[in-house]
Amino acid sequence: MKTPRFLLPAATAGILALTLSACGGGGGGGTTGGGGSDADQNLDARGPITFVQGKDNNNVIRPLIDKWNAAHKDEQVTFKEQTDQADQQHDDLVQHFQAKQSDYDVTDVDVVWTAEFAAKGWLQPLKDKMAVDTGAMLPATVNSATYKGTLYAAPRTSDGGILFYRKDLVPNAPKTWDEMMGMCSVAKANNIGCYAGQFSKYEGLTVNASEAINSAGGSVLDKDGKPSLNTPEAKAGLGNLATAYSNGNIPKEAITYKEEDSRQAFQSGKLLFLRNWPYVYSLMSTEGSSAVKDKFGMAALPGKDGPGASSLGGHNTAISVYSKHKATALDFVKFLTSAESEKFYATQGSLAPVLGSLYTDQDLVAKLPYLPVLKTSIEKAVPRPVTPFYPAVTKAIQDNAYSAIKGEKSVETALSDMQKSIESAGAGS
Amino acid sequence: MTTATADASALRAQQDKGRKAAQNREKWAQGRTYISAVVILFWCLAPAYWMVVTAFREVGFTYDTSILPTHVTLDNFKTAFDTSFGNRFGQALLNSVFIGGVVTIVSLLIGVFAAYALARLNFRGKFLVLGFILGASMFPGVALITPLFQLFTNIGWMGTYQALIIPNISFVLPLTVYTMTSFFREMPWELEESARVDGCTQGQAFRKVIMPLAAPAIFTTAILAFISSWNEFLIASQLSSDATQPVTVAIANFAGAQPNQIPYTAIMAAGTIVTIPLVILVLVFQRKIVAGLTAGAVK
Amino acid sequence: MATELGPTPVKAPASGGTPVHHAPKGVGEDNRIASQGRWAAWLLAPTIVALAVVIVYPIISAIVMSFQKDAGLDPATGLFTAGGPAGIQNYVNWLAQQCSAPSGGTVACPPGTLGGQFWSATATTFFFTVVTVAFETVLGFWMAMIMARTFRGRSLVRAAVLVPWAIPTAVTAKLWFFIFAFEGIANKLFNTTILWTGSEWPAKWAVVIADVWKTTPFMALLILAGLQMIPAEVYEAAKVDGTTAWQRFRLITLPLVKPALMVAILFRTLDALRMFDLPYILTGGANNTTTLSILVINQIRQGFNSAAALSTITFIIIFLVAFIFVRFLGANVVEQSGASGKGKK
Repeated sequence: MKTPRFLLPAATAGILALTLSACGGGGGGGTTGGGGSDADQNLDARGPITFVQGKDNNNVIRPLIDKWNAAHKDEQVTFKEQTDQADQQHDDLVQHFQAKQSDYDVTDVDVVWTAEFAAKGWLQPLKDKMAVDTGAMLPATVNSATYKGTLYAAPRTSDGGILFYRKDLVPNAPKTWDEMMGMCSVAKANNIGCYAGQFSKYEGLTVNASEAINSAGGSVLDKDGKPSLNTPEAKAGLGNLATAYSNGNIPKEAITYKEEDSRQAFQSGKLLFLRNWPYVYSLMSTEGSSAVKDKFGMAALPGKDGPGASSLGGHNTAISVYSKHKATALDFVKFLTSAESEKFYATQGSLAPVLGSLYTDQDLVAKLPYLPVLKTSIEKAVPRPVTPFYPAVTKAIQDNAYSAIKGEKSVETALSDMQKSIESAGAGS
Repeated sequence: MTTATADASALRAQQDKGRKAAQNREKWAQGRTYISAVVILFWCLAPAYWMVVTAFREVGFTYDTSILPTHVTLDNFKTAFDTSFGNRFGQALLNSVFIGGVVTIVSLLIGVFAAYALARLNFRGKFLVLGFILGASMFPGVALITPLFQLFTNIGWMGTYQALIIPNISFVLPLTVYTMTSFFREMPWELEESARVDGCTQGQAFRKVIMPLAAPAIFTTAILAFISSWNEFLIASQLSSDATQPVTVAIANFAGAQPNQIPYTAIMAAGTIVTIPLVILVLVFQRKIVAGLTAGAVK
Repeated sequence: MATELGPTPVKAPASGGTPVHHAPKGVGEDNRIASQGRWAAWLLAPTIVALAVVIVYPIISAIVMSFQKDAGLDPATGLFTAGGPAGIQNYVNWLAQQCSAPSGGTVACPPGTLGGQFWSATATTFFFTVVTVAFETVLGFWMAMIMARTFRGRSLVRAAVLVPWAIPTAVTAKLWFFIFAFEGIANKLFNTTILWTGSEWPAKWAVVIADVWKTTPFMALLILAGLQMIPAEVYEAAKVDGTTAWQRFRLITLPLVKPALMVAILFRTLDALRMFDLPYILTGGANNTTTLSILVINQIRQGFNSAAALSTITFIIIFLVAFIFVRFLGANVVEQSGASGKGKK
């Protein structure tokens, strides 16, 4: 009589625990690659598909989808809008791909995730029957979507850094880093800081540090995806930032700057030169507290002997290997990256196009005056490292570049630590 | 005679002096108390004040450092609820209320029985159970998040409400049980018995005597449970999506009109909105909440 | 899942009281305890089951995961392959700060890897814990002594200290981030040009200040509750005996408040050891403000299994600290609550 009473609660617990572990049973490794068979299937199939991307900020993608749907009665596209947060977008995609769900046919992929998803076997290689023409696209944007020699996504929008300068103080923008450093005397005479980018320890520092390295002729990863930081060029690049910080050409507070802090500093008249994304253009020319409204100009980032090499931002569009209607998906990808659509991104959403010809388009330049400058930046741009271990690689760059700029360790040590950390990430843990 | 009077007056003078000194000391002590009180008030309220002042400042003057409100505007509150930049603060408020509500109700429903047993019944292994529940309340959230992250990814629960509610229960439930146990110990259970002597049935005694007595305790526990769920960030930051994210995550990730822009004034407005209900709740139920917070520790 | 647990025991309390009061007179104590035990089992079951589901299951699954390798790249295809069993390698990697080497095997983790941060994160976590808890105890004690006095406006002060406590930590972190901005109010007010989030010590102190601001009230209220348990006569008697204020504090206040104080310190310590929100939002973990919790979160997207090993280590560290507190410092929370329960009987 006693026993059953005692046992019942325990039994309930047991059953619940069993049910739950059954739910989780599918777990295990979960990230096996392969996918070879999935990539060969449904290549000719047509039918309704779903397009997935983050928050559609400026209402850019909806009108395009409406246009497509009006013309393709049997191949309707449904729009699935994700969050605005990069991490959440990433996790949502991982969850759907991991479950091999076919409901995410065409997805928007941040440039820094493309390699990871490709290596997991989730993206349809865009070759042979599935090839897209990338001839007119800026080469750097195509590289950002290429992993191990195969194109896994179509570049759709781009972004690059440009140099903002006070044209009331320096009439002509500097072409090279040394030239810019030479102009710092003007800043000193006016009692303001000379140059700043984004040197806080976060993704922006990866961008700035790789830009410095690339602009000096170096690169973070070589063609095979191996780190190549023990070079004189890389040393010169990172050294430029470290030297400028130690001699005060980069103000001390810049070590805490993210995009907005640096804009704030430039906008309140405390900086001569600023490296930032094109978005700050409209804010600095319109915002009430801006002290530099008509006083700033834009130029390509300064390099070693001429324009430097920007880091590349932006988004690619990929097809899921699990899609059931890949022929439709491919057509839709081509539609999204057509000249007409690209122009629409620029006019409607101020997003930089990937087609070189659009940067000199009269209408566009009238609306976005920074386009010609941005083109120089992006033409020479280098994608951020294309690697499946992007989180580890960006951390290696940030941590070590940060120490080097602050002078906590020498540039050589920082680069060799960076090299070793990236090697270790690539070795798998 | 004269000497005696002189002595007496001298004594009185001395006594007066002593009393005066005592009074002075008293005054001085009182003064120090007030100074300390002002320092405490300043320390506790000044940062909160800064949040509110900034919330009412025009966005173009975000870094204005005048202490008094300047460039006053209500725009930031509008911006906080504006969804056109991808923020869903309104939705996040509802999510927080929903998640907090479910977690609180579930924790109370389950926890009230455990608390009753722990406070009223004698049984073997009581210390063990208490220890287990206390241990659970001190459990680090990161130890849950890794397995849950993988589990929820595999079963497609990432970004769902249940993915946020279940881990929240893990720390709200122990808190609930612990607080209610302390409250229940303090309740005059003899009344239940006397009500029965007076002819109430068991059910009536429970309903008419015990319930009204227990209600404030349960209510206070509910407030504490709700607040701790409302303030949760770690789990929500990793497992929520924009449709289900609570206010803490929404505020941490608040986006501006342009990428990379951090709209501090709107964030402070959002922070003010999130905080004010809690502050009101806390001020209204001040005594009860203090009792609830301290229940476990000193009794 | 947990909601389904509700219905079973809903009727329990109505009949739940029965055995207590209807225990047949003259039957032995043992029997009474047994029958109460049966009810207790029923009443406790939902809680125990719920906690088993939300805590015990994840712990076990974390431990299982921690003995698995994370997926690695197949060098030929560039595709990921599943990791397989790892033994205790994940734990060794963290504790010895070893990372995979390109040539196979492991090497000491170079700076710039998560693996190379384990001991510094541990040190940071303990630094935050010791410093914040010390400040909170001293400040909290002082606040409590003030609030224990009678003066006009006392209830105002008592209400005000609850304000920082009521503000969500995420909001607190954003608020202090804004206060500590280079052009923010803190620098302006004190006429300094400190880069609060720009180098190690200012960043650490920024976290400490924000945490002390937020949690001192909690400490103060717990201590205040302890102070109010001391009868006023004790002080009066001591005064008559001619003791100084310091002697009264040392010989009466401190010993009598000690039990409450120890529990408060224990709670705060365990809470500080898992600190996450504040440094995560305030400094992003830069400049050596990465706590163990932040390290786990950063590792999750670089490899579940390795993260599981790290979270298990964190759990063990916190468990050990709690054990030391209870065992050697006399902060016996369970015994205290248990004892008063016994007393009530």
